[in-house]
Amino acid sequence: MRLTYPTSIKIVRVPCTGKVDVIHMLRAFEKGADGVCIVGCMEGDCHFKSGNFRARKRVEQVQKLLNTVGIGGDRVQMYNLSSGEGPLFAKYANEIHEKIMELGPNPIKLKKSKAA
Amino acid sequence: MISPKLVEVGRHLNIELKTGTEILALEGEPGNFKAKIRQEARYVDLSKCTSCGECTKVCPIEVSNEQDKGLSTRKAIYKKYPQAIPGAFAISKRGTAPCKATCPAHVSIQGYIALINEGKYFEALKLFKQDHPFPGVCGRVCHHPCEGVCTRGDYDESLAIRELHRFLADWEQTQDAPYLPELTEKREEKVAVIGSGPAGLAAAYFLALQGYQVTIFEKLPVAGGMMAVGIPEYRLPRDILNTEIQTIEKMGVEIKTNVTFGKDITLESLKADGYSATFMAVGLHGGRRLGVENEDADGVLQGVDFLRDVALGKEVSIGKDVLVIGGGNVAIDVALCAKRKGAENVTLVCLESREQMPAWEHEIEEALEGDINIVNSFGPKNFFIDKGSRVSGIEFKTCTAVFDEDGRFKPQYDEAACEAFFGDTIIVSIGQSTNTQYLPEQEIALSRVGGLQADPVTLQTPIDWVFAGGDAFYGPKSVVDAVACGKEAAESIHRFINGLDLKQGREKIWEYEKPDILNEPMKTRTPVRCLDPEARECNFLEVSYGYNESEAKNEADRCLKCGICSECYQCLDACLAEAIDHSQQAIEETVDIGSVILCPGNDVYDPSVLDDIYHYKTNPNVLTSLEFERILSASGPTMGHLVRPSDEKEPERIAWLQCIGSRDTNRCGNGYCSSVCCMYAIKEAMIAKEHSKGDLDTVIFNMDIRTFGKDYEKYYLRAKDDDGVRFEKARVHTIDEIKETGNLRLRYADEAGTIREEEFDMVVLSVGLQVSESAIHTANLLDIDLNKNNFAVTQPFTPVETSRPGVFACGVFQGPKDIPTSVTEASAAACAAGRYMAEARGTRIKQVEIPDEIDVSGPPRIGVFVCDCGINIAGVVDVPGVMEYAKTLPNVVYSGENLFTCSQDAQDQMKEIIKEHQLNRIVVSSCTPKTHEPIFMDTLEKCGLNKYLFEMANIRNQDSWVHANAPEKASQKAKELVKMAVARAASLRPLHERQIPVTYRALIVGGGVAGMNAALGIADQGFEVVLVEKEAELGGLANRLTKTIEGADVRTYLTELVERVKNHSKIQVLTQSLIVDFSGFKGNFKTEVLVGPGMYERKIEHGVIILATGGSEYTPKEFLYGDNPGVMTQIELAQKLENDGMENTDQVVMIQCVGSRNDENPNCSRICCQSAIKNAIHIKELNPDTQVFILYRDIRTYGLMEEYYTKARELGVFFFRFKEDDPPEVSTGEDGLTVTFTDHILGRKLSVDTDIVALSAGVRAEDTEELASIMKLGRNSENYFIEAHVKLRPVEMATEGIFVCGTAHSPKLISETIAQSQAAASRATTFLSQPHLTLSAVIASVDQERCASCLICVRSCPYGVPVINDEGVSYIDDALCQGCGACAAECPAKAIELNWYEDEQLLSKVDALLEGVI
Repeated sequence: MRLTYPTSIKIVRVPCTGKVDVIHMLRAFEKGADGVCIVGCMEGDCHFKSGNFRARKRVEQVQKLLNTVGIGGDRVQMYNLSSGEGPLFAKYANEIHEKIMELGPNPIKLKKSKAA
Repeated sequence: MISPKLVEVGRHLNIELKTGTEILALEGEPGNFKAKIRQEARYVDLSKCTSCGECTKVCPIEVSNEQDKGLSTRKAIYKKYPQAIPGAFAISKRGTAPCKATCPAHVSIQGYIALINEGKYFEALKLFKQDHPFPGVCGRVCHHPCEGVCTRGDYDESLAIRELHRFLADWEQTQDAPYLPELTEKREEKVAVIGSGPAGLAAAYFLALQGYQVTIFEKLPVAGGMMAVGIPEYRLPRDILNTEIQTIEKMGVEIKTNVTFGKDITLESLKADGYSATFMAVGLHGGRRLGVENEDADGVLQGVDFLRDVALGKEVSIGKDVLVIGGGNVAIDVALCAKRKGAENVTLVCLESREQMPAWEHEIEEALEGDINIVNSFGPKNFFIDKGSRVSGIEFKTCTAVFDEDGRFKPQYDEAACEAFFGDTIIVSIGQSTNTQYLPEQEIALSRVGGLQADPVTLQTPIDWVFAGGDAFYGPKSVVDAVACGKEAAESIHRFINGLDLKQGREKIWEYEKPDILNEPMKTRTPVRCLDPEARECNFLEVSYGYNESEAKNEADRCLKCGICSECYQCLDACLAEAIDHSQQAIEETVDIGSVILCPGNDVYDPSVLDDIYHYKTNPNVLTSLEFERILSASGPTMGHLVRPSDEKEPERIAWLQCIGSRDTNRCGNGYCSSVCCMYAIKEAMIAKEHSKGDLDTVIFNMDIRTFGKDYEKYYLRAKDDDGVRFEKARVHTIDEIKETGNLRLRYADEAGTIREEEFDMVVLSVGLQVSESAIHTANLLDIDLNKNNFAVTQPFTPVETSRPGVFACGVFQGPKDIPTSVTEASAAACAAGRYMAEARGTRIKQVEIPDEIDVSGPPRIGVFVCDCGINIAGVVDVPGVMEYAKTLPNVVYSGENLFTCSQDAQDQMKEIIKEHQLNRIVVSSCTPKTHEPIFMDTLEKCGLNKYLFEMANIRNQDSWVHANAPEKASQKAKELVKMAVARAASLRPLHERQIPVTYRALIVGGGVAGMNAALGIADQGFEVVLVEKEAELGGLANRLTKTIEGADVRTYLTELVERVKNHSKIQVLTQSLIVDFSGFKGNFKTEVLVGPGMYERKIEHGVIILATGGSEYTPKEFLYGDNPGVMTQIELAQKLENDGMENTDQVVMIQCVGSRNDENPNCSRICCQSAIKNAIHIKELNPDTQVFILYRDIRTYGLMEEYYTKARELGVFFFRFKEDDPPEVSTGEDGLTVTFTDHILGRKLSVDTDIVALSAGVRAEDTEELASIMKLGRNSENYFIEAHVKLRPVEMATEGIFVCGTAHSPKLISETIAQSQAAASRATTFLSQPHLTLSAVIASVDQERCASCLICVRSCPYGVPVINDEGVSYIDDALCQGCGACAAECPAKAIELNWYEDEQLLSKVDALLEGVI
């Protein structure tokens, strides 16, 4: 469909969102990412039965952690869509991009650059 | 989309691909045929071509590009499209060009003309000299038979071929040094040539080219034979001749003049001097005598003697009045020479009439220009002589006829009608003869007419080492004939010296075919400038100036490229792989085969025939849909930019006209519906809108919109409701061209009958499908029945079997259809074809040999392959930049760019590169791993590299396609994606796949027509089948059906089918059975079934599953169904008609789309239109007086069923269209049922009292909710199973080993169901035929040392795979692990890793992306 979305989005392939660990998400922020989103199957339609539910739980966990450390839990989002829903993917991609632009850069980045 | 399929076929070990091949004959019987096939020459060696495309750069021939439907051009040497399989180039030839075929020396005339066109004069000259040493001589004196057959001459004027090669010779004169052909290695053998005329010189030239030592012996003081002493200098300047003779001398040929054969040299002396062969080409230097009294008197000369004396500069005194006797070219030369030698009055007298004169017309004209008086139809009677015995005149008698009835030379005279002519000199020029002096002593054989005797093909004389040719052998002919003869003599002598067969392969027949010149514009021949006639007197200055450069180019441009390939041989030099072979011949062979599947595809309808309406031929902005498709294509003529052909302006309004060449028995004769045009028109409109920079207005003019396929209606709704494509129910009757703008004004009547006009920038004709002429030809050869529209005849219950057993048909050849249906049918044909060969299955297959894996324990050596994907990626992303960037990344030792990395040649190259650079990790930066990963992984495997040492960066789908509007950012992102991929590649380690056995048994769910056919398809291949049916009887929905629309009896068919299934030794039928549990994995499933009324439990082990759960007719809630017995469904009506007939029924009203195409079920149920029409026809046949009304939204009788729609109308069935928001109303009163609906033409409501209301109730999928949940199967919102890929894998589910067919997939007809179930059986058989299955290596594994036995993995696995083993730690069975990684993510001790997605491997990507951010 070749629907446009921002170039800020880079995709890391995983077999199932259930494979995504809390550590993976946190590592991204630690290294300076401004946002992370987890994109999985529609709820109830997980190819591996229940991986996306597990992912949702972990995303919520990460959101809490990020809120606690002051980075902001809104920087991580979970989306669910089916493989045939290109337009929805583009919509979500735009959405998270705008959200992050609103939130500004990852505070870790700012802090480190000030320290430097 | 097609690329992965192409590559798969191209790489398949057991598919032998023969392109350019046709089947000529088929003999034998099913299972054991012999097929005679013919493969046309490709002229490029498949095994050598690297597909580099350098040949196309030098090819001078541009022809219309079929791939772009003529909207662009391609070269004569070409590759049809970049991903084509086989990947090699090919050369298009249409026989040999007429000019080359006709030229006695077979010079590549079209070739040098094409090269002149390109300004490549040196190459052109070189090409000419390959076959002819005298471009300059023949450029002046050739009688050019080539021009006589020039195609342009058929309607215009032939090309000035002779002048064009004269131009080359003239050009050579302006160069520093003349062109000297390259000689092959020097040889010791000596050859003598007697006579230095064109035949002798040519023989010497071609022998010298091959390295022989040649000496020419010439009797006269000058070389050149008749070229020097026969042809006057004003026609052939001597410096031209001498240059060309000198070239031959420079090639090493020695010419000895003033040497007389028989006197100065003899055969004996030549032999003694070491000559291996001799070529006699002594010419015809004697004159033929009249045989008239006083012929020997002074003042009577022979023409050849006169010309020779003039040429040699001897003094000739001929006086003022000269008579020339003869009507040939020589006589004319004599006359013109006499004039130049001072004669004031020259009269040429000949036997023939002006029309019969043997001289060429242009020479006669030149004579007349030269003030020669030509007198026709007189034969010499006797010479007058004066007192001094000198001739003073001649008396002629009238010649009444030159030839007899048989065309033989036999002059008749009227002795009474005589006339005297007087002159100072009379020159006789009526023919030539060989001077045979000294020849008899040398025992040279002479023919009956006094010439040399030799074999006509080999030119060998009775003395084996002596050969003869030229005029002395075959009589007076032209220079080019002598050259051809000399060339043949050289070939014979070469063979003689080398002890080869003199005759083998010599008698080549030169055939030519002329191109279609229907639409060629006229181009006038470029005239040749000549010396004024007055300026020619008393001198021997050359008359013709020849062409200058611009004239030559102008003339060369007129060439029609008859042979397509011009045989200029430039590609030979350009091809470094030496893959080109112009001498390739077609190959005919006979192959043993078991079955034949015909899938010749289709043509599209040519709308030129309807030009009066559509202006397709005349207006460039009227395109066919296929042409428009090319305009939208990224690799098409406009690179996907939406512009119209006339002015390359982006269109603002485009109209599509449907049913061009379809549903039209009136003009085009194709009464059927082409099935695909509605969908493609909608697709084109939507994509055009996407491509358009502005606000594109699109209108599709149609009679009905036929979006009957799976989920097609939703696509239509999206186009209509979301994307704003307008659909207009109208057939456009007039199109006017607006000259100023190139726009088109369409006139049509809307649904209310109002005439409307609209203007469009472009009009797209949605052309239909039809069977090609070549397919019809093949069908006739194979004796296959075709229907009246030339589609293969098949039967409803055997949809892919043709009329000839063992021969099958699929795709559009069987009937118009879309890609998914064609692909499905192809698999069905494979299933049916396999039946005849079941015994032989697996006996002739080739196995792939995988080399041992190379050790990769050393440091990573990463190779990065960046793909252009044509312009898909390179059009947006700076690919060279990405490639260079990759070189800077850690561990990267190689980085390269490919046009299409997935193409066969690029894959072969990759293998070489892996070896050359000792790569141990590969990154391909191209498209999606979903389709392409397996291809690249295969390549790795073939190089001995573990295939898991591979990573893809998707810089197309995730970059160039979605960031086309920001090329710079896209290039930056591509670099980042490559960087991430390289980082992960470095962290990869080799993984190994386990092989597991296959349970050779199939489980089929559903015992309807689909399930039973699938069962038979598999069982006939010798595999066991368990067929599970929930009802007590087999048959499913078909139990309620009566006949197909074609009239085939469903009940009989079903009875026989059930019998076959029940009696098949390999099929076990379980009725009243329910699936309750399911486990296992591909090839090794376990299903638990509760069987029979007793519900006893059975566990079935099986390797594959076919889902054939079927569907049912919707039970309407609308239109008083269930309340009034007169309201019934179509199935009920069909049963009633079959059982009770149609008596006492005056009116029947049918309502379409009940329970389809509404909010609850947006899809079309596909079968209801034909059901209604089938029943309507049945009613009319039973009782023609019954009135039948069909109230419909769109009539969707796709394909050949359109004919039944036509038939129903002819039978008087009334059709009324209603709109979704204004449906009919059914009410019941005292008089029975009444249906009220709006008639659009009248614009008001109509009410019809009726006996029966038949509801075309849609189809519903059977309830499979539980089954889907047990087996984890994907279903769409209407509960049909979702296939893995609509086009590429139409009968496979996403989970391997599970297949789907019949209504379980989507609503379909019984014949379509049978085809699809055979397809599923075919795919399942392919699966079961494997000796073992290979499991994915992407599975979780436990590090036992770290395992704390916390049971979190046991609880987290959705499949219950991990167990705590005897050692008290977690254990994961690799055959059961599905590879989701849930356990790995959950494991608190991080003791579990998922192969290929190890934490380190995932995080390396994150780290690489974010490197330097902080």
